[in-house]
Amino acid sequence: MIRLPDPKPDILARRDAILADLKRIVPGDGVIGEAIRLKPYETDGLAAYRQVPLAVVLPSTTEQVAAVLRYCHANGIRVVPRGAGTSLSGGALPLADAVVIGLMRMNAIHEINLEDRYARVGAGVTNIGITRAVEADGFFYAPDPSSQLACMIGGNVMMNSGGAHCLKYGVTANNLLGLTFVTIEGEVIRIGGEHLDAAGYDWLGLITGSEGQLGMVTEVTVRILRGPEGARAMLAAFDGVEVAGAAVDAIIGSGIIPVALEFMDKPCIHACEAFAHAGYPLDAEAMLIIEVEGSVAEQDMLLGKIRDICARFNPISMKVAESAEQSLAIWKGRKGAFGAVGRISPDYLCMDGTIPTGELPFVLKRIGEMSTQYGLGVANVFHAGDGNLHPLIMFDANDPESFRKAEAFGADILKLCVEVGGCLTGEHGVGVEKRDLMTAQFTARELDLQRAVKSAFDPDWLLNTAKVFPLEGNERIAA
Amino acid sequence: MSATLLAPDTEDGIAASIRAAHDAREPLLIEGAGTKRAMLRPVQAARTLSTRNLTGITLYKPQELVISARAGTPLPEIEAALAEKGQQLIAEPPDLSALFGADRPATLGGAVATNLSGPRRIAWGAMRDHVLGIRAVTGTGEVFRSGGRVLKNVTGLDLAKLLTGAHGTLGVLTEITLKVLPAGERTGTLAIRVPDLASGVRALSAALGSPYGVSGAALVPEHDGAPLALARIEDFSESVAYRLDRLRNELAPHGEATLLDHETSLATWRAIRDAEPLGAAPGEAVWRLSVAPSRAPTACALLREGGIGKLLLDWGGGLIWAAGPATEQAHGAAIQAARAAGGTFTLFRAPEALAAAVPVLPEEPPALAAIGRRVKAVLDPSGILNPGRMRAGV
Repeated sequence: MIRLPDPKPDILARRDAILADLKRIVPGDGVIGEAIRLKPYETDGLAAYRQVPLAVVLPSTTEQVAAVLRYCHANGIRVVPRGAGTSLSGGALPLADAVVIGLMRMNAIHEINLEDRYARVGAGVTNIGITRAVEADGFFYAPDPSSQLACMIGGNVMMNSGGAHCLKYGVTANNLLGLTFVTIEGEVIRIGGEHLDAAGYDWLGLITGSEGQLGMVTEVTVRILRGPEGARAMLAAFDGVEVAGAAVDAIIGSGIIPVALEFMDKPCIHACEAFAHAGYPLDAEAMLIIEVEGSVAEQDMLLGKIRDICARFNPISMKVAESAEQSLAIWKGRKGAFGAVGRISPDYLCMDGTIPTGELPFVLKRIGEMSTQYGLGVANVFHAGDGNLHPLIMFDANDPESFRKAEAFGADILKLCVEVGGCLTGEHGVGVEKRDLMTAQFTARELDLQRAVKSAFDPDWLLNTAKVFPLEGNERIAA
Repeated sequence: MSATLLAPDTEDGIAASIRAAHDAREPLLIEGAGTKRAMLRPVQAARTLSTRNLTGITLYKPQELVISARAGTPLPEIEAALAEKGQQLIAEPPDLSALFGADRPATLGGAVATNLSGPRRIAWGAMRDHVLGIRAVTGTGEVFRSGGRVLKNVTGLDLAKLLTGAHGTLGVLTEITLKVLPAGERTGTLAIRVPDLASGVRALSAALGSPYGVSGAALVPEHDGAPLALARIEDFSESVAYRLDRLRNELAPHGEATLLDHETSLATWRAIRDAEPLGAAPGEAVWRLSVAPSRAPTACALLREGGIGKLLLDWGGGLIWAAGPATEQAHGAAIQAARAAGGTFTLFRAPEALAAAVPVLPEEPPALAAIGRRVKAVLDPSGILNPGRMRAGV
C-alpha cells in the first residue's frame, strides 16, 4: 500500500470553521461537509485507494476557484483538484485534511469558432461534450481517452490524456491553445490564447500533464479539427506475438500512419470476445485492429496496402470492414476491453507503461513469466503505433494478499518498461499509483529539479500533495 | 562581440564549461551554430558556449518514428538521414540563414531552443509538439533528462517542453529525441488569386476546415497585385490527386484555383518556410505575430498603418511575418497590431540598438513573470545562461 502523509491535526481540528468559511466563499450548495455526501469523493478510477476528504467545494466560476485557493493558501490547507474523478492513477485521491475542489459546475461552452477552429470551454465540460458541440458542423476534438463520456477537459489537461487515436492526432498537449490558470495564491492568469505558439516560455506545455501540482485550470481553449470524410477498420490475427509486432513495424515502415493501431494478446482477445461477441479469432495469439481515414476509395487503397503487408506475416485471418457498421463491430470488443476483463475477474489493475515498440515481444514474454510467478492472470492491450501498453492485472480485492501481489506485479511491469527504454506512464499519469516508482525512471537529482519547479508555483506544497513525487524526497525538499 | 568561443565536443565538456562559468558568475552566450544569434535581444557575454561540436545521430528507429541526435547536429544531416527512410521532421523547421545572413547550417539544438516551425505546424504541430525527450545541462552544470524516447510519456513534469523555446535561458540542450513521420509521397498545391487579405484568410479557413487534410495554408501578398492564397496537400499520390480535385471544387466560391505540381510545390513551400517571399531587406526589422487567423486582416491593417509594409502570412493566416523600418515607432505599431488582434508578437530580427531598447516579446502578467523568475532561479540560479536574450534583466 502507498503511504499518505499524516493529516495536519490543526486543520482537522478546525474543520467546522473551515467549512463555514468555504460556504461564505461559495454560497448555495457548493460546499459539501456531511459524511454521506463526501463519500462519493473518497476515490477515483483507482478504486483500491480511498480517503474521505475534509470537505468538497464545487465552485461555479473562476473567481470562486481563485478565492478558495487564496483561502486555502492563507490557511495552509491542502487542496486536491478533481474533474470527473476518472483518473486511473489516483490523481484525484483525497487526503483527510484536504479540500477537494471539483470542476464539474464549470461546464459551460463559452465560444465556438469554426473559422479559427477553436472552442473555449469551462474545465468541467466533458471530453465528448466538446465534440458533441461541434460535430454537426463536421468538426471534432481529437484526444479520445476511453473515459471520454465522463472525463472532463480540465482533468484531461492536468493529466495530458491520450486515447486510441493519438498516433495521428497527438495527445491533449498537442491540441491546446490556451488556459485560464489559477495559482495557489489565487492569481488568475491567462496562458496562451486563441492563437498558436504564444511567445515566451511554454507554460502551456509545462502545466499540461502537471497532475495538479502547479495550479488549477478553470477554462480551456482547445483546437478543433475537421473530421475526415470517413474511417474504416480492419482486423488481422496472427499466431505469434513476434509476427504481429513485425507486421506493426512493416506498416509504419511503409509510410502509412493509421489513425489507430491497436494490439491485443490472447487473454485479451478471449475476454473481449466473451463479452462483446465481436467475432474475434480465438485461435490467435495476437490481433491487430487497424483504422484508416479518408474517402471510401482512399480507405480501400490504404486498407489494401495494409492487407498486403499483413499477408507477408502469415496471418491466421484478416477481416476488412466493408461498412461503418462492420467497423464498429471490430471496435466493439476493443472498446469494451476493460469491462470484459472486469467480467472474468472480480478486480483488475490497469497498468500504463510505454515501451519502444520493437521491444513488444520481449516485454510480453516477460509479463507472461511474471504472471506465472505471481499466479495472477493478465490481459494486454497495446496502442501499438505509439508503444503505450495497458496490461490488465486480474486480482481479488477482497483478498489483501492478492492485492499486494497485483501491485507488486504491476510495479515489476512498469520497471521493465523503463528498463527497455520506455516510461512508467504513457497517458494515465503518475498520480499516487506510480509515485514510489518514479525513482526507477529518474535520478534523485532529476526528481529534485522537478520538485523545485513545483515549488516555484506552490512553495508550501499544498497542491495535490502526495502525488507524483515520492514522499521521502518531498520531506527533504520541504525541510 | 564574443571574444572567446567554447565548443566542447562532449556533454561532460559542456557541463564543465557551465560549472566553471557558474563558479565565476560569468555569463555565457549559448548557441548552436550561431545562425540565429541576431534573434531576439543581444546577449552581453565575454564567452560563447556552443554545442556545434556535439554532433551525431545517436538513435534512429524509423519503425518507431523516433530519432535522437546530439544538439549540435546540423539539421540538413538529420533531414538527409530521415529522407533516406522516406521520413521527415514533422514541424518543418525553417532555414533562416538568408534572413540572418548565416553561412552555415542551423543545428537541431537551435531549432528546438527557438521552437521555430514551418508551414506544417498548422496541421501537425510545432517543434515543441514533437520533442519526446531531452538531455540538458542546468546553469550549475548539472546534467538532467526529461521525457524519453517513446511517443507517449506523461511521467513527471514536462521540463522538455519548458526548455523547448526557452532560447537557452533555462539550460543547454545536449541531446534531443524527436517524433518523426513518413513524408508524403507527393505534394500538390492549389493557388487562388484573392482580392484582399480578408478574402484570402477566408479561403484558407475553408481549406483548413475541409476534410482533405490540408498541411500548409499561406497567403503571399504580391507586390504587383492581389494576394495569392496557397493550400497544400501531402500524401500518397492517389490521395493528393483526389483531394486537390475535391478541394478545388470546395474552394470555388473563393476564386479559381490553379494547380502547382509536385516540384513547384516543394520549392514554393520551402520558400514560405524560410520567409523568402517576405523580401526583408538588410537593415529592416522582422516581426512574427501569431493571431487567430480571422483577426489577421485587422493586425495587418495596423502594421501597414505603422509603416510596416512587407507581409507574409502562414498557418492559415495566423502567423504573420512582417518586415519594415527598424524603429521604435514601427515596433510600437507591431505591438499594437498583436494586441488588437488578441495575439502575440516577437521582434524577430532587429539591429542591436533597437532590440536592446524595446521588449522583443509581450510582457507577462506580474504573477506569471514572478513564477518565471523563480523557475529561472531553479534552473539557472546565477543567471549565466543567455542573460537578457528574451527579456531585459532576466
